[in-house]
Amino acid sequence: MMILKMKKEDLSTFLDSVKEWGELWGPTRREGKTTYAKVDSLSQMDMKATRTIIPPKKFLYPPKFTMFDFDEEGYVERMGDVPKRILFGIHPCDIHGILIMDKLFLETYKDPYYAERREKTLLLGHSCIPDDKCMCFATNTDFIAEGFDLFFTDLKMFYLVWVGSSKGHDLVRMRADLFSRELGKNDIINYTEYRKWKYKEYKATVDLTGMPDIFELGYNSIIWDQLADKCLSCGQCSMVCPTCNCYNVVDDIELGTVEGTRDRFWDSCMFREYSVVAGAQNFREKRADRLRLWYTHKLQAFIGEFGKPACVGCGRCVETCPVDINVVTVSTALKEQEVGK
Amino acid sequence: MKKLCVVVDDKEVQDNPFQPDMWRIVRKYPLTGDVNFFQARPVDVDEALKMDFLPGQFVMISILGEGEAPFCISSSPSRPGILEFCIRKMGTLTESLFELKENHIFGIRGPYGNGFPMDKMEGKDILIVAGGMGVAPLRSLLLYVLDNRDVFGKLTYLHGARTPSEMLFRDEFMQLKEREDLKCLLSVDKDDTGKWTEKVGVVTTLFNDLGPIDAKNTYAAVCGPPVMYRFVIEQLVKLGIPKHQILMTLERRMRCGVGKCGHCAIEYLYTCIDGPVFSYWDVIHMKELIGRGVSDKVIA
Repeated sequence: MMILKMKKEDLSTFLDSVKEWGELWGPTRREGKTTYAKVDSLSQMDMKATRTIIPPKKFLYPPKFTMFDFDEEGYVERMGDVPKRILFGIHPCDIHGILIMDKLFLETYKDPYYAERREKTLLLGHSCIPDDKCMCFATNTDFIAEGFDLFFTDLKMFYLVWVGSSKGHDLVRMRADLFSRELGKNDIINYTEYRKWKYKEYKATVDLTGMPDIFELGYNSIIWDQLADKCLSCGQCSMVCPTCNCYNVVDDIELGTVEGTRDRFWDSCMFREYSVVAGAQNFREKRADRLRLWYTHKLQAFIGEFGKPACVGCGRCVETCPVDINVVTVSTALKEQEVGK
Repeated sequence: MKKLCVVVDDKEVQDNPFQPDMWRIVRKYPLTGDVNFFQARPVDVDEALKMDFLPGQFVMISILGEGEAPFCISSSPSRPGILEFCIRKMGTLTESLFELKENHIFGIRGPYGNGFPMDKMEGKDILIVAGGMGVAPLRSLLLYVLDNRDVFGKLTYLHGARTPSEMLFRDEFMQLKEREDLKCLLSVDKDDTGKWTEKVGVVTTLFNDLGPIDAKNTYAAVCGPPVMYRFVIEQLVKLGIPKHQILMTLERRMRCGVGKCGHCAIEYLYTCIDGPVFSYWDVIHMKELIGRGVSDKVIA
């Protein structure tokens, strides 16, 4: 892969220049929370922020969008109204999350809505500072080698810039004057030091070794009922998880006509009606069954199929769940057969 | 072995897998009080022969403004150009479907799912066990085997319904009893007409009239209400049919049919693309396929 070098102070100029390609979005502070917003320049972004409330999946797969317009003639797909965007400041864990989404949406029966947004969204990654909830070193998602267009590693005086795609390379070519190919001994040493420093910053961890077997053994464990007693079935865990892809589809019809839209929006397997079929038969009536499905899918089934968990260690479930149910507490409870206080 | 039908790989791949095609209802009539028979054709006649499928596959049916849901196909790919469905009125979507009249249009996309492994079933004896609405997907298999009678071994069809008036396709199956190239056994739990000439009792009582079967050479296909599986599978296992040759087709909530929306997930499988046809071994292996109870209690 091509790795280039850029002076720290040139980043702002670079981002101003690439805005020509599309809207510039980045992490910003709003009411004490970090969220992606459309910005004019680097100065509006908060580059120290760790995680946004919602992962960048929302740009590739919006919480709600229209798939089709329909009338009595049939269904007409709604495509092409997606803006071109450059997302700056995406962290390695979230790019790993997007790679998992790519697998789900772009392989076998490619989803054209996801594909269009993926195509029109450039991902400009940025190195990060782990906080007390980050666990990406434990899920092996603390660094990223693919899935982005450009990736900026902050080495204090300058950036090392990984060029991950042809489109990323096009952005570089827009301001080739800001990049250098000259990488020396000190760059390697600085980068190695950065990795060591990052590793030392982690305060949280999660141990997911052996999870498929432990889930299998613990299928009938009482801890599922104990966790379910606490769970509110609010579904926030699904909304904030970078690897939750479930959705619902509903037709919205204009009153008194047969015209309307077919809309798709985020769903959660924590919701009671998630597995209901004809005649109101519910395959997962109990909250414990739904909770177990959520965690089984990420920590057992996904490992079985792809050799790694569908957890990128971003810490969003830890931060978000109002009753402290998250990958750490669930995997620990299952191993120790006791739900922590 | 000759190829009985072409399976989709040469089908034009649509850009948008969620795009429903418009189909027209050509026949519609009630089978029982709350179950209707629908026969449909594509509005664009050039599309008619492109719909190729396997018994056991399903399509997503769209009703304008009501939404979309999965329905299994009740007709056989050996009778191309049309699709037939056997649908019970259960919710708002099926209510709207029942209000449609002949010549009205609705949306279809598919076919989806694995379907029955017809290539493996060729040359084998086929034992079909249908209970109630379970006939909907199994009729496709039955008609397919009948239409390709020479490439299958012995064919046995067992069908149970609650009462004679609730037996779907009753006349069609009564006629099958006249044929000599299959054994067709019918039963009702309760005879409310006083005119029922066949067996009375749950569907498993038909196993008494089965006669000798070549178990190792038999593929069994089962579909019915959840309560039926346990008892039927017990019988099939007792007969000595290998677990991987006992097949069943399952139902789950689906929003996409193509492995994206997540609703039909069971462990690492999606019912929509890895199923809906699963073997009894899958059921033992995957705890949630037909619920606790079946896999716990039937120890083969």
